[in-house]
Amino acid sequence: MQWEAVIGLELHAQLATKTKIFSGAATAYGAEPNVQACAIDLGMPGVLPVLNERAVRYAVRLGLALDAEVAGRSVFARKNYFYPDLPKGYQISQYELPVVGQGHLDIDLEDGSIKRIGVTRAHLEEDAGKSLHEGFVGMSGIDLNRAGTPLLEIVSEPDLRSAREAVAYMKKMHALVRYLEICDGNMQEGSFRCDANVSVRPVGTEKFGTRTEIKNLNSFRFVDRAINYEIERQIEVLEAGGEIVQETRLFDSDRGETRPMRSKEEANDYRYFPDPDLLPLEIDSAFIDEVRAELPELPDVRRQRFVEQYGLSNYDAGVLTASRELADFFEIVAAQADAKLAANWVMGDFSAALNRTGVELNTSPISAQALGALVARITDNTISGKIAKEVFEVMWETGQEADAIIAERGLEQVTDAGAIEAVIDEVIAANPGQLEQYRAGKTKLMGFFVGQTMKASGGKANPQQVNEILKRKLDG
Amino acid sequence: MSIDAAQVGQIAHLARLAVDEQESEAHARNLSDILAFVDRLAEVDSKDVEPMAHPLEMTQRLRPDQVSEPNERERFQALAPSVSDGCYLVPRVIE
Amino acid sequence: MHDRTIAELSAALQKGDCSSVELVSATLKAIEDAEALNAFITVLPEQALEAAAKADQLRAKGQAGPLTGIPIAHKDIFCTHDVRTSCASRMLDNFAPPYDAFVVEQLQAAGTICVGKTNMDEFAMGSSNETSWYGPVRNPWDQTRVPGGSSGGSAAAVAARLVPAATGTDTGGSIRQPAALTGICGLKPTYGRISRYGMIAFASSLDQAGPMATTAEDLAMMLQAMAGFDSRDSTCVDQPVPNYQQALKPGALKGLRVGLPKEYFNAEGVAPGVQAAMEAAITTMREAGAELVEISLPNTELAVPVYYVIAPAEASSNLSRFDGVRYGYRCENPVDLEDLYKRSRGEGFGEEVKRRIMIGTYALSAGYFDAYYLKAQQVRRMIRDDFTRAFADVDVIAGPTAPSTAFSVGEKSDDPVQMYLSDIFTIAVNLAGLPALSIPAGLDNGLPVGLQLIGQYFDEGRLLAAAHDFQQHSDWHTRRPAMDR
Repeated sequence: MQWEAVIGLELHAQLATKTKIFSGAATAYGAEPNVQACAIDLGMPGVLPVLNERAVRYAVRLGLALDAEVAGRSVFARKNYFYPDLPKGYQISQYELPVVGQGHLDIDLEDGSIKRIGVTRAHLEEDAGKSLHEGFVGMSGIDLNRAGTPLLEIVSEPDLRSAREAVAYMKKMHALVRYLEICDGNMQEGSFRCDANVSVRPVGTEKFGTRTEIKNLNSFRFVDRAINYEIERQIEVLEAGGEIVQETRLFDSDRGETRPMRSKEEANDYRYFPDPDLLPLEIDSAFIDEVRAELPELPDVRRQRFVEQYGLSNYDAGVLTASRELADFFEIVAAQADAKLAANWVMGDFSAALNRTGVELNTSPISAQALGALVARITDNTISGKIAKEVFEVMWETGQEADAIIAERGLEQVTDAGAIEAVIDEVIAANPGQLEQYRAGKTKLMGFFVGQTMKASGGKANPQQVNEILKRKLDG
Repeated sequence: MSIDAAQVGQIAHLARLAVDEQESEAHARNLSDILAFVDRLAEVDSKDVEPMAHPLEMTQRLRPDQVSEPNERERFQALAPSVSDGCYLVPRVIE
Repeated sequence: MHDRTIAELSAALQKGDCSSVELVSATLKAIEDAEALNAFITVLPEQALEAAAKADQLRAKGQAGPLTGIPIAHKDIFCTHDVRTSCASRMLDNFAPPYDAFVVEQLQAAGTICVGKTNMDEFAMGSSNETSWYGPVRNPWDQTRVPGGSSGGSAAAVAARLVPAATGTDTGGSIRQPAALTGICGLKPTYGRISRYGMIAFASSLDQAGPMATTAEDLAMMLQAMAGFDSRDSTCVDQPVPNYQQALKPGALKGLRVGLPKEYFNAEGVAPGVQAAMEAAITTMREAGAELVEISLPNTELAVPVYYVIAPAEASSNLSRFDGVRYGYRCENPVDLEDLYKRSRGEGFGEEVKRRIMIGTYALSAGYFDAYYLKAQQVRRMIRDDFTRAFADVDVIAGPTAPSTAFSVGEKSDDPVQMYLSDIFTIAVNLAGLPALSIPAGLDNGLPVGLQLIGQYFDEGRLLAAAHDFQQHSDWHTRRPAMDR
């Protein structure tokens, strides 16, 4: 039988606010345990939540970017369950009336087509703390620094049909929240996490199969592997005549498999009800307009502009707008040099260097300004593309400016026709045998003469001029 | 609506309350009495009445995103039954 | 000085007839002498005397306000910085928070001196003060009887004239019902008038702090200090605080339209003595010029069932934070996490608290939510709408605070439903969020009867003025229990 996977993602984006969603405690990552947990985050008796304005603003930003309805009225509810990382015994979340309603996000498929993925809703909620298992004999340590950090939970429709689509969707959303500057997107630190709901059904059928939920996937690779594993597992179970159990599973990245989560085996009854300590959140059109005005250019719009303004292919424009930082970087480079050449450099040597060294764009030793200056020297014929690669390597190593390296090392391209002619004359004179063969019809030797000339000029001769002059002399 | 001792056990588990058998019987009786009393609500015609979660017809006030809470870990943890290395201790959590 | 009101004590301090240190010393002595009442969980002699000395210094410098140096007591539900705040529960027997409640801050800023923390029903769940981990409070009028609850310790302390005033909280009548049963005055302000910050939550959409004292004038002085906006409570209303003492105009009853709900006067279960006292109180009001209007609050009898869904539902969630991890009671040697939770909570909470947590858990659980919680919220609106309609025709609504006078210790403790019905006239007010007060309005077999006046939202000034004028035409508020000293 042919099977089809049905996947929906719940993405949790930690909002990049200075303080918690309901308290004035800091949200900075990596602090000593519990130093950023105030009375409200600790669930001390008598203290009360007050909503962070910026968290609301950020939720609205995402809503607008997803072309979703921003709810004029939304309600905070309590999700009740006991867990040591949940100090109040309930999580403040949104249940029936979320702040962001139906929206959508378009993803690129392999075949170049675009698929629209439905977003069911996005709601504000507070994050839980962390249980630490190492270093405490027979006990777990509870760190509540993260408790109360604002989260936006973005729930997709079950529109995804493969792990690949799921990853494409997640990457697109990841880029979007960073474009919007509402989440730092740091997946290692857990700022952007994914729960995946996976089921399979026979191809051609409508009815969804029983789904499982894989919790807490914190890298694109894990999402890919976990979903693929889970699809295979479910198909195997069904083909063996078994049934899928609706359950929560964890991905074990060491073993590359998912397994049921032990602690949440029992059916939970969360007893949601409106939080009586908070009042309905009303968002008026003036607030929405204000947020709309502060929205940056969105990725899809920017991509289209790159195609039109810079004459880039749709694919290249897609690569360059995949993150706001890269797109910003490219535009600074392109402002100083030919846009297509700029694009080739940013996507080519520059990206390769980042990958090779594992350096992040924002800490790159070559700034966009500096790379632009280098590419400009190619455009204005100061150096050849080949020399530029050398200069680039030196820039990467030393952080020096391109012009300084070119001047210091005398790399400037030779475009003086007389000087080039003199070098060519020497090369021809030194290779009479090859000249004879060439003139006898072995014109492939042109390449040999070009190579010798470039070598003799220390690579600095303008290649185009070398070609012209050589052809004239050899043919003459 | 009447509640038996087994249901008391389920509710007590959801609420994480240790209740012994003898107590369960008494709770079952009391809870059944209270529910019987509350059940008169079922007879009320409340069709089309919007549920009222709050006495005030007010909306949520927003707080500026400014850090206002300093680190007071030592003061808070002085109240805790068991702490170590800045963490609250609980019997090992199994995930 | 034991029968004197805040207003009188304030004048005496101002004139130099006594010092705050003298006043506080006498108060501490009186509390000690009245130990049998079990009105206090914690007494703070050193702290109070130190504060009194400071108050006297302030006065000497001419910096005293009307409440400077006046001893008061706080219900043990209000967080007090580094002072045990137990909520009368074993769960919090060892809990001393590192912060003050808003009410505590406000009254401290006004110069009052906290002499101690009063006993109460555990987590404010009760109508008789019998559910306290620290044992029941006795009614000073008859020590075999309850003082009402949940603010029973505050009520007993004021009734016995141990302190001129105390704070309370009222979720379903917990200020007004004990005030009625002990012959004092108690005000539950409009929901949101006073910040709930630092007040340990029972049912967040119903809880409201308020003052308890011997006269309406003293309630006004206390409310003046307690009311105010606080950004730490999202449900606190940002509305200017009027001058409540200026509102106490003579002749306030004249022309006042007083609504008399027929459901409150012919209700089954209202004791004949209470009925008689109400009739006399109505006569007093009429003679003072009030215009009496019969009204109807048709959903009155649904208030108690609605309350016993909503309050336990909210409580079941509010009390989840008491889990033995970060503060409070923790069981011995838990074998695993579940054991830690279940035994810490099972041993830390008393029976009534556990009962209400279970009721609330049940009402919110899958399959029952619509039938109980949602239904109760709908009927809550119907009850609120009854009041809205009634207030189109009247300025205040009057009736008995409680259906009977103080009952005997143990009389209703085995029958929760009977106990719950003692709040039948007070609960609807919390559901609607309206202000209401109870003032003494008679004696039935030597036990006090309370008159309840209910007002429009934020109309505390008018309520206090009406109560004050009533007290100009009656002397029930001056009656005090005969106690051996």
